[in-house]
Amino acid sequence: MYVYDDFDRTLVEERVHEFRDQVDRRLSGELTEEEFKPLRLMNGVYLQLHAYMLRIAIPYGTLSSDQMRMLAHVARRYDRNYGHFTTRQNIQFNWIKLKELPDAMADLARAGLHGMQTSGNCVRNVTTDQWAGVAPDEIEDPRIWAELLRQHLTLHPEFSFLPRKFKVALTAAAHDRAAVKVHDIGLRMHRNGAGETGFEVIVGGGLGRTPFIGKTIKTFLPKRDLLSYIEAIMRTYNQYGRRDNIYKARMKILVHDLGAEKFAREVEEEWQSIKDGPLALDPAVVADIAARFRYPQYELLADNPPELASAREDDRFRFWLDNAVSNHKIAGHAIVTLSLKPEGGPPGDATAAQMDAIAELADRYSHGEIRVGHEQNLALPHVAQRDLPALWRALDGIGVATPNVNLISDIIACPGLDYCSLANARSIPVAEEITRRFRDLDLARKLGPLHINISGCINACGHHHIGHIGILGVEKNGEEYYQVTIGGRADESAELGAILGPAVPYAEIADVVEDIAAAYLELRARPDELFIDTVKRIGVDPFRERVYAAR
Amino acid sequence: MPLVKAGRVVEDRFVRVVDDAAVPDGAAAILPAARFLADAHDLVLRQAPTGVVWPNDRKVAELAPYLDWTAVVALVFPTFRDGRGYSQARLLRERYHFRGELRATGQVLRDQLLFLQRAGFDAFELMKDADAAAFAAAVRRYSVFYQPAADGRASTLTARLARVPQH
Amino acid sequence: MTSPLQQKLKVTGPVVITANRLGDGAVVYRAADGTWSKDLAAAAVVTTTPAALELLGAAISDKLVVVDAYVAPVEVTPQQRVLPGNLRERIRCSGPTVALPGQG
Repeated sequence: MYVYDDFDRTLVEERVHEFRDQVDRRLSGELTEEEFKPLRLMNGVYLQLHAYMLRIAIPYGTLSSDQMRMLAHVARRYDRNYGHFTTRQNIQFNWIKLKELPDAMADLARAGLHGMQTSGNCVRNVTTDQWAGVAPDEIEDPRIWAELLRQHLTLHPEFSFLPRKFKVALTAAAHDRAAVKVHDIGLRMHRNGAGETGFEVIVGGGLGRTPFIGKTIKTFLPKRDLLSYIEAIMRTYNQYGRRDNIYKARMKILVHDLGAEKFAREVEEEWQSIKDGPLALDPAVVADIAARFRYPQYELLADNPPELASAREDDRFRFWLDNAVSNHKIAGHAIVTLSLKPEGGPPGDATAAQMDAIAELADRYSHGEIRVGHEQNLALPHVAQRDLPALWRALDGIGVATPNVNLISDIIACPGLDYCSLANARSIPVAEEITRRFRDLDLARKLGPLHINISGCINACGHHHIGHIGILGVEKNGEEYYQVTIGGRADESAELGAILGPAVPYAEIADVVEDIAAAYLELRARPDELFIDTVKRIGVDPFRERVYAAR
Repeated sequence: MPLVKAGRVVEDRFVRVVDDAAVPDGAAAILPAARFLADAHDLVLRQAPTGVVWPNDRKVAELAPYLDWTAVVALVFPTFRDGRGYSQARLLRERYHFRGELRATGQVLRDQLLFLQRAGFDAFELMKDADAAAFAAAVRRYSVFYQPAADGRASTLTARLARVPQH
Repeated sequence: MTSPLQQKLKVTGPVVITANRLGDGAVVYRAADGTWSKDLAAAAVVTTTPAALELLGAAISDKLVVVDAYVAPVEVTPQQRVLPGNLRERIRCSGPTVALPGQG
C-alpha cells in the first residue's frame, strides 16, 4: 500500500486548515450556505435526512490497520459507533456534527485519511478492484496508476468545478472486478502485440437516470501518456459538458450526444498539443511513486498445508473456505473476504468494535493491510493458508464470516430513505428481509453466484442497473414501490438489466425475489448454469410470466 | 467590487464599454466580445490599452490573432460553480502565450482564488471586500501542488525528483 | 431536491416548518415563538398557504441557525397530538426504521 511522503502529508494538513477556516466562516455567517455547500461537498460533507454525513476516501480500497483503527476512533468519538462501506470503496459516517468536523478531519489526517473530493463536481475516488496487487489474473498492480491519477486530479485548479461529478476506475485483470465500463473514464490495463503494457480508454459509462455502457476511444495508450490523455478528456468535458441541466451534465451525456468518434477526435486534438509537455510521465516519476508502495515480505509457503487439510473436516469451516477464500498470486497464501452482510443486518456496515478487531486480525494475519470492495465487503489480502482456520474462528467470533460472499444474500444496497435525503424508498429493510428469506445457506449455495443490487432512487448509488437482480425504489402515491430488473452485469461483458414487470409495493418485494429464485431453479439448464447465464439464454419473459402470474 | 492585482486592491483604470457606446479616446477600455472582434482592425491602432470581456461558452482560440496587442482579457464566472473559465485561462496562457492581464470576473470568491491564480489569472474582480483583504492568505493556503498549471509553481512531479531519494 | 423557495406550495392540510440545525444537522421544527425544537410537539402548526409561506420566509432568513428549511405535512390526531405526515417525515422525526449496527 502507498505510504505518504512529506508532500502528501502536508497537503492533507493544509486541507484540514482550509476546511476549519471555511466552517468557521460559515458558522459566523461570513459564508452563506450557497457559498459553503460546494466547499463542504468537496470535503465529503453531505447534509442528509437526520444529520451531516461524512464520506472518507479509501483510495483504491486499500487501508492499513492503523487507518482502520482511526476509522473506529472517529466512529466512537464523533459518530454512533459504526460506519458504512460504500459501492465506491469509501466509508461513510452518518451522524457527524458540522462543528466537530474540523477536529474529526484533523484526527483522520494524522492517519493519512481525508474526505477530499468524495463529493461535489470534481473527480471522485479513483477505484480499482479490491484484489489489486494480489490477484493471480492481474498483469500488474493497477494501484500505482490509480495513485498517480489520484494525485494528478486532487485539487486540480482547472477541474475542480466540473459540470458534474466524475468517476474513474482501473482494472489490470482479464476479469474486470472494478466495473470500468460504467465509469466516466474506465482504464483497462493490457498488453499489446509488442508485449508492452498500456491502457484501453473507455469513456462515458455511468449509471443513474440515464445509464450507459462506456465506449472505447483509445485501444492502447502507452503509460507515458496517461496523465496528458486524461487531462485532454477532462478539458474537453469541462468545456463542453452541459451546465444548464444537472440531469444532462454527466460526461456520458456529452459522449452520447457528440458520438464516441467525435468525442474521441476532440480529445485527440487537444491531446496532440499537450502530450509532449510536462505531463509526459518520466519513468523516474513513476518509480518514485512505486517506491512508496509497500509490499509484504511473503513467507515461502506451500499450497494446501496440513493445518488446512485437517480443518476441512469441519463443515462450517469448509463452507466458509469454499465461499470466502480466493486464490492468491503467491503460493501458500490466500485472499479472504469478510462478509459485512449478516442475516437481518444492514449491508456494508461495521461497528467500531468490529473495525478494531479487524485491524488487529490484519496485523496478525495480513501484514497490516485491509481492502474495501465496491460490493461493500472487506478483504484481508495477504493471509497465509495455514492461518485460515485460526483466522476463521476469529472472524466468526466478530460476525464477519457468513459464507454468503457473492451469493443471493450478499446484497449491495445504498443507504436509502432511512438516511438519504435524495431517496424515494427504503433499501436497508428490503435487504434485511431478503437475507432473512435466504438464511438457509444450502439454498443460497444451490442458487450460486447471484448479485442483488438495491437503489433507493434513480441516482443508482446501489448500482441496480448492473445487478443480476436490480431493485429500484420509486414512489407511487406516497407509498414505497420497487421496480425490478434482471440480467445486469458489471464486468467485461457489462450489460444493463431489463425490466421484469410493473413495480411492486414494499410488502411484496421480498416475495418477488423468492419467486425469481424459484423460477431460476426451475428454468436453469443445469445446476451449474449461473443465474446470469440462464437469463441470457432464455430472456426475461419466462421469469416475468412466473413472477407476475399471481400478481 | 474591489479589483485585486499583484496582491493589492487597485483602481480599475479600464472603462467598460457597453454595447454600441463609443470607445473613449485615449482611455483604457474593455469591450464586449462581439464588438472587439468586429472592430479589431481599428482597435489595434488605439493609443490606449484595449481589452475584451470573453464569455465562458466561446472558444478562446478566436482571440488568438489579437492577443499580442490585447492588454486585458476578462473571463467570466456566471456562478463560481461554472468552471469553464479555468480551462479558458490555461489555454490563453499555455497554448496561446497571452502575456497581458488575465482578469477573473463574475462570482469570484475567496475560496477559488488559489485555483484561479494557478489557472493563470493575475487580476481578480472580487465580490466581497473581506475577500480582497484576505487575498494574500488565500493564495498562500497550500504549499504542495500535485500538478503543473499556468502559474509556474513547482509541482510534486518535479519537486520529488529534485530531492535526495528517501524511503 | 426542490429548493423550499421553489417549492410550489399548496397547503391542503396541517403543516409545520422543518429544517436541519446548522451546527449539528439535527432535525428541528419551528415553534410559534420563532425558536427551533427537536420536538415535533413544540412545532407551530398552520393550515393555510399564506401562513405557511410567512413562517417559511422567516425560517429561511434564520441562516445562522438552520439550513434547508421547508414545509412538511403533519397529521393532527383527535387528541391534538402532532404526528409526521408521511414516511419521510416519520423517518426524519424518529430516525432510521432499521436497528443501527451494534444495537441488535
